[in-house]
Amino acid sequence: MEQPGLYIHVPFCRSKCPYCDFYSLANTSLMSDWLDAAAAEMALYKGRFRAFDTLYLGGGTPSFLPDPLLDALMARVRDQFSFSPGTEISIETNPKDLTAEKVAQLKALGFNRVNVGVQSLDDRELSFLGRQHKAEDAVEAVSRLRAAGFENVGMDLIYGLPGQDMEHWLDTMEKALSFEPEHLSCYQLTIENGTLFGRMKKQGELAPIDEESEREFFLRTSEFLARRGYLHYEISNFARQREYTCRHNEKYWHRAPYLGLGPSAHSFQQGRRWWNSRSVRGYCKALKEGRSPVEGEETLSSAQVHLESVALGLRTRKGFESSEILSQTEQKRLGELEARGFLRRDGNRVVPTREGFLVAEQIPVYLCEDGRL
Amino acid sequence: MDNIRNFSIIAHIDHGKSTLADRLIQKTGLVEDRKFRDQILDNMDIERERGITIKSQAVTLPYVNKEGKAFELNLIDTPGHVDFSYEVSRALASCEGVLLLVDASQGVEAQTVANLYAAMEHDLEIIPVINKIDLPSADIERVKEEIEVDLGLDSEQAILCSAKEGTGIDQVLDAVTEYVPPPKGSAEDPLKALIFDAHYDPFRGTIVSCRVFSGSLAAGDTIRLMYNNAAYRVEEVGIFRLAREPKKRLSAGEVGYIISGIKTVSDVRVGDTVTLDTRPAPERLPGFKEVKPVVFSSIYPISSDDYHSLSEALEKYKLNDAALVYQKDSSVALGVGFRCGFLGLLHLEIVQERLEREFGQSLIMTVPTVRYKFILTNGETVSVDNPIDYPEPVTIDNALEPYIRASIMIPERYMGVVMDLCLERRGVNSQFTYPTPGRIEIQFDMPLAEVIYDFYDKLKTVTQGYGSFDYDFLDYRKSDLVRMDILVNGEKVDALSQIVFRENARKRALQACDRLREEIPRHMFKIAIQGAIGGNIIARKTISPFRKDVTAKCYGGDITRKRKLLEKQKKGKKRMKMIGSVSIPQSAFVAVLKSESK
Repeated sequence: MEQPGLYIHVPFCRSKCPYCDFYSLANTSLMSDWLDAAAAEMALYKGRFRAFDTLYLGGGTPSFLPDPLLDALMARVRDQFSFSPGTEISIETNPKDLTAEKVAQLKALGFNRVNVGVQSLDDRELSFLGRQHKAEDAVEAVSRLRAAGFENVGMDLIYGLPGQDMEHWLDTMEKALSFEPEHLSCYQLTIENGTLFGRMKKQGELAPIDEESEREFFLRTSEFLARRGYLHYEISNFARQREYTCRHNEKYWHRAPYLGLGPSAHSFQQGRRWWNSRSVRGYCKALKEGRSPVEGEETLSSAQVHLESVALGLRTRKGFESSEILSQTEQKRLGELEARGFLRRDGNRVVPTREGFLVAEQIPVYLCEDGRL
Repeated sequence: MDNIRNFSIIAHIDHGKSTLADRLIQKTGLVEDRKFRDQILDNMDIERERGITIKSQAVTLPYVNKEGKAFELNLIDTPGHVDFSYEVSRALASCEGVLLLVDASQGVEAQTVANLYAAMEHDLEIIPVINKIDLPSADIERVKEEIEVDLGLDSEQAILCSAKEGTGIDQVLDAVTEYVPPPKGSAEDPLKALIFDAHYDPFRGTIVSCRVFSGSLAAGDTIRLMYNNAAYRVEEVGIFRLAREPKKRLSAGEVGYIISGIKTVSDVRVGDTVTLDTRPAPERLPGFKEVKPVVFSSIYPISSDDYHSLSEALEKYKLNDAALVYQKDSSVALGVGFRCGFLGLLHLEIVQERLEREFGQSLIMTVPTVRYKFILTNGETVSVDNPIDYPEPVTIDNALEPYIRASIMIPERYMGVVMDLCLERRGVNSQFTYPTPGRIEIQFDMPLAEVIYDFYDKLKTVTQGYGSFDYDFLDYRKSDLVRMDILVNGEKVDALSQIVFRENARKRALQACDRLREEIPRHMFKIAIQGAIGGNIIARKTISPFRKDVTAKCYGGDITRKRKLLEKQKKGKKRMKMIGSVSIPQSAFVAVLKSESK
């Protein structure tokens, strides 16, 4: 059994980005309440998980936390939980926050993997995406990280913006590669309901790119980075070498156990999933009153485990185990998907091809039967 | 008998028939207000939801007029669709008068005219009633003029009412007592009672609704159904309040029910005459017709495991619907099911919907078709109402298809578009008459196959709702028919085959391919849909595959949300039939007949 991972959701941002539907607040007044609540929540889980081998601060924008609060959070985490040697300790950051002092603090706190929300290296695109930083800020941020000796730096990029030109996107990646990042997340812009972009789309003010262009962008991105030696190890993620994949995120896709702390965080352990209240206020109030902030939970049926294993596996280059396929109908469908070039066998695993990645959400719907032994 | 009035309400759809019936029932105090619910005579969910009446229903209303004279008013509620025109004709034959309801803002419409003619055919007293006078858009003067000119009725006689607000209801009741003639006929003569409906009661068996024209009957009598020539002992007679109310005796002029141990409604024929076994009437009441199915389609369970459950459901359903006929059927694509015959497409839809709702079945229905005849080279004649049974082409000497005489009534200004429509549907031998100025009646001989599906909808569209349509069977005529097959990714789907007129085959094949392209969702791979006659491909369309279907982000650990989306998609898939590796939604099997997209 794989070791568990620990996730902490920091639900604060300098400002809300119009495309993002992760839960966060753009005001800081609840920060210290949140920290108290998170500390209280940690106590609830003390002793319930074995030693973690990943820690991931996500959000929100964890780098937005003022130095003393980040220090206090990390001290509390180390106090309450145990970690194996060589634990991957990641933090998501905004280029604007990565001052020399902040970079030094991260180093001092033991972070060994820093993800920078670069998103674009074109100021016009950054402004469209509602980002408060300029391309130059990202360049400086990454340089500072390198100067401070960070050896595992990831960059997040967004592509497929309305009207974006392919050459321009390839050029953006080229610029990003000049920093030789260990990790690249290249997200296709998704217009989510409930975001500003979602409302603009409904009112016809924003037209997402068509499916054919999406496909083109996806394939070109994958091919471009593969040529430059990057491993396309998940739909949107690339690693410079095998050891630079994000081990924490891989736990989600491999169905390893994880504990999520903070508002809206999700957890998974022994076939049971549970999740916290989304609202910061609700989360803080519950813990202040000594109650659990858990809002819902589910225990998976065998059919659900099957569907998840296949669907999550197909997001990664590792695919899923052949032993998932038991029935004759599924065997037959699997054969067909292989023949059509969406899947291939790799030892005792079934893995997606690049074409398979493109329809990774159709495959499980077609392949998986409900009634499973 | 002098105090009995038998009447019906006829109206264009949505002119307020059920609401008026509700008010009459309330006004006569048959039901306490607190127990009242809207559309009280429409018992079935499907009737209440669609706002239509499917089965005839009678109710006896006690009414005392201003002079203090007591009446028994028998209101017979009738279905309003051409599929059930025979049932309507039997209900009207049971009445002496009708209320012809006209909407005060819509005015006289197509169905109003068709209804008027139906009533006139039965020589009924017609009382025009203008309803919905409370509407701001009501234009009473214009509607009166239309009643005068379009219908040729005395508009001064028209009663103004608002069934919704309950105004003018007394006047309606008074007019019924005053103008509808009392029934004639002697209680001393041999019994003649007209069956206008029958329904099934799980405890009492078949309940026969009838109008007694002469003679009388009581519990203990032995009755004889004259057409069926079967005798039964009467257990109970009575009248319909909102529930059944037993009575000692039903006599000439009255409307009521008979319970006599008849097991299923299929043992009773609407339009048959009930007489006494001991003293039979010399002849039956006129107008009896054997109702025969005209539209055929197969019903299959979506999951082949559900065949037995479907079989049981049909058996139970049939207890209450004598018009449905069915027998076992099988298809390579869909497995084992039933071939069914229906009165028309509304009847088909009703059967489908009730099987799904009341009996919890998940069904696939195949393309409706008519019954063709083929004369083979060996001299034999075969009837074919299922494309699967289309004979080997080389053995066919002659093909015959059923023709009807269509009567279409429209305002003159729509003549051009209606002519075009009829000619496109292979109409021949046209005739025109002008019943009233500005109005035209067009008659055409047309193949039944051309009208069963969407002809009426089309007619209503091109005439903006002013076209009314009725038809009678003519005969079988020589035709040139072929079987058009559909192939999905190279695999023939027998349940999608149709028998079509050769000249139209290519057009119909393209149409079918187009509809399937709309109905079948995209898959991971390209899907080819082809229309073929024998080995010749005559139409081809393709459904392009998903080019990309994966979302960029799937973490923060929220796997639940993603999985639920997938589960929802899988659930949708379950409502589809897998043919090879293609999922075909149930709606696709009927959609191939539609000439236009939704």
